[in-house]
Amino acid sequence: MNKHLSIPSRILVAFASGALIAVFLLPAWRIDLFAPQYPEGLSMYIWINKLSGDIDIINGLNHYIGMKHISMEMFPEFKYMSYVVLFFMLLGMTAAITGKRKILLAYIIATIIGGLLVLYDLYRWGYDYGHNLDSKAAIQVPGLSYQPPVIGHKRLLNFDAYSFPDAAGWIVIGAGSLCIIVWLVEWYINRKNKTK
Amino acid sequence: MKIFQPKNLQYLLIAVFAFFFLESCKPKGAQSAAGGDASKAYVAPGKYDEFYNFVSGGFSGQMSVYGLPSGRLLRVIPVFSTDPEKGWGFSEETKPMLNTSHGFVPWDDAHHPEMSQTNGEVDGRWVFINGNNTPRIARIDLKTFRTAEILEIPNSAGNHSSAFVTQNTEYVVAGTRFSIPLDNMNGDVPIDSYKQNFKGTVSFIKVDSTDGNMKIAFQIRTPGVNFDLSHAGKGNSHGWFFFSCYNSEQANTLLEVNASQRDKDFIMAVNWKKAEEYLKAGKGTKQSVRYAHNKYSDINHSATSTIETEVTVLDAKELAEMVYLIPCPKSPHGCDVDPTGEYIVGSGKLAALMPVYSFTKLQKAIADKAFDGDYEGIPVIKYEAALHGEVQKPGLGPLHTEFDGNGNAYTSMFVSSEIVKWNVKSLQVLDRVPTYYSIGHLCVPGGDSRKPFGKYVIAYNKITKDRYLPTGPELTQSAQLYDISGDKMKLILDFPTIGEPHYAQAAPAELINKNSVKFFKIEESQHPYVAKGEGQANIIREGNKVHIKMTSIRSHFNPDNIEGIKVGDEVYFHVTNLEQDWDVPHGFSIKGANNAELLIMPGETQTLKWLPEKAGMFPFYCTDFCSALHQEMQGYIRVSPSGSSVPLSFGTGRKPTPSAAKEP
Repeated sequence: MNKHLSIPSRILVAFASGALIAVFLLPAWRIDLFAPQYPEGLSMYIWINKLSGDIDIINGLNHYIGMKHISMEMFPEFKYMSYVVLFFMLLGMTAAITGKRKILLAYIIATIIGGLLVLYDLYRWGYDYGHNLDSKAAIQVPGLSYQPPVIGHKRLLNFDAYSFPDAAGWIVIGAGSLCIIVWLVEWYINRKNKTK
Repeated sequence: MKIFQPKNLQYLLIAVFAFFFLESCKPKGAQSAAGGDASKAYVAPGKYDEFYNFVSGGFSGQMSVYGLPSGRLLRVIPVFSTDPEKGWGFSEETKPMLNTSHGFVPWDDAHHPEMSQTNGEVDGRWVFINGNNTPRIARIDLKTFRTAEILEIPNSAGNHSSAFVTQNTEYVVAGTRFSIPLDNMNGDVPIDSYKQNFKGTVSFIKVDSTDGNMKIAFQIRTPGVNFDLSHAGKGNSHGWFFFSCYNSEQANTLLEVNASQRDKDFIMAVNWKKAEEYLKAGKGTKQSVRYAHNKYSDINHSATSTIETEVTVLDAKELAEMVYLIPCPKSPHGCDVDPTGEYIVGSGKLAALMPVYSFTKLQKAIADKAFDGDYEGIPVIKYEAALHGEVQKPGLGPLHTEFDGNGNAYTSMFVSSEIVKWNVKSLQVLDRVPTYYSIGHLCVPGGDSRKPFGKYVIAYNKITKDRYLPTGPELTQSAQLYDISGDKMKLILDFPTIGEPHYAQAAPAELINKNSVKFFKIEESQHPYVAKGEGQANIIREGNKVHIKMTSIRSHFNPDNIEGIKVGDEVYFHVTNLEQDWDVPHGFSIKGANNAELLIMPGETQTLKWLPEKAGMFPFYCTDFCSALHQEMQGYIRVSPSGSSVPLSFGTGRKPTPSAAKEP
């Protein structure tokens, strides 16, 4: 069995891991809120190291329901996520340079685990924001929480909330998918060669 | 008694005939003529209009903004008159805007808005409008839709022939409707000494091309007449300005008779490029005068008023080749220049015809010295020498003319209450349509510029009578929108207006709406009493003056509990709106204040002065429904007798604590 990747595969893996640089230039995730009074929508962009968009306006509205003030200092993730991405880029590059299928497999598994952890982290923060409300909040609806969706759409009082990957997020998903496809193709070709 | 006797039947028949005869003799009523085509004026809910329409408020002193073709009122911009709703002229920041050399003047009569132009085309930056009574010109900034500057005009009374601009907004002009003894002359003279002592002036006000700031460049001193309206030359005639004038009889009483005696008055043609040369050559006389110059800053969120003391005057009699008079029949009113700049239309409001002058012929007449003597030392051009032709029997009482860009002119007829469409070159009348009633000005979008948008003409009517539900003796004035895209003008909409509409301007919305400011950035504010966060809220006492730096954000003020104010204090509420989002103003009002409210835009600081006159508890609250908890946005001020020892303290959400600032 050939334990090395073909040259085109290695170029694709190198390209995919290089593409991760996008997360330093573009937001990874976005949450959009629409209400009758906000037909143009309010948007919050989540980057790997910061937040941007209509944070102040969202905070201003959230105070009615007693949600915590969203501020960048509260998220330790912003401090270390850049290093995590750098690690992934290095791992991908290593797979491309050495051409070892096992490293590529490790890279893919790490990417899937990392992605799931990110989603879990989003869920955890959303849960915290949606449930730990100020007991003195002006608007209190018994039994109602304001946890935003991890992905997809949810109705929160007068707001329609949408949570989806943004440009960099899609690039990461695309890059990960590309690596998986490369690995599957390599696996398939190898199996055919083996059966011959 | 027998009714059906042959004799009686005769009478009955006569009565029936008489009835039908009378019916058919009645003029075709408004109802039948004004069918209207409402679908053309329909703008669906939530959709934007195609044009902005800036309409003078006349004796309201303000300017209104309508959307066209819907006729929806978008905003009333306070200009020369106080507006308690917006705190205009009541807040400490806006009071200086209404300052004049006569002190604070809370009202004026605003007639002629004119949009700034570049290359003779409307550029959507500013609107200038005249104050007629206490002569002034205001500049409205179309980024904020607020009055940014007001300049008083010295040596003037009744600034009517204003505020028209040259084709690159080099100048905006002013003129005297009333000639008067000038400001440096003794005005305490017999009124019937008009001919010796009364003079007119026209003023050329330089407009800074970057920030729009106005400065009187020069005034031209003229014989004592009444200047009525004006328009700048454009294209070939750029460099010239045309003013209509009446009362060349120089009457000082019963003008309706005494100023209507001469067969012809004048259109005054001013070669302002020549005037610039004279000014540069030092031919002007510096005159000591006093006039106010008021500017509003969107960084300080405050106005300043400066009294200027000098103006340069050029004498039309002494400086040759600068001013000429063109005879114009019977008390001309409108003075309008077609989009090419070649044709100048004079509208003698008592004349049975309308003269159209040719700029080329005017230049030739000047070169050939085709003069008909002079009027107080100013050459009078031979009528025929400058004349392109006359529009014969256009209608009764021609007032104003606008153009559609296809070679057609539209003239309002006050007396015969109609708009008359005619061809500028051929002078043929093409169409006429009634207005309801007694049209004054009219407006085609861009209709006095080099690039009209000839889709609509809007009539501004003085009388409405039976057009709307009656509202007692005082009825609304109105505008009427006509579709002029076809050969025939078609009435499509009636809508009421504020005050009395005189001139108006309209321009495509996309020239303006993309620049509209949504809120002021609070970090850029340089207001001396801004609080850029709740932590900066404070109270500072300076003797009996108390400055309260207060913040407002949905849905509370900080501070909202204030103690230690005493009778005899002069209290200034400096309220900063901390919001940084579109359309979230907060209001501020306090019980019993002999003042108006404040309406504070996001990122802005506005100040209300309050003189508490008795001890007690005074509530204050937000007046602009800002949020679901707007009704909770309130506070209390405790006022103690003078000499009381209650310490100055304040707070929000806690017991008031002593003021952080030390009392001096």
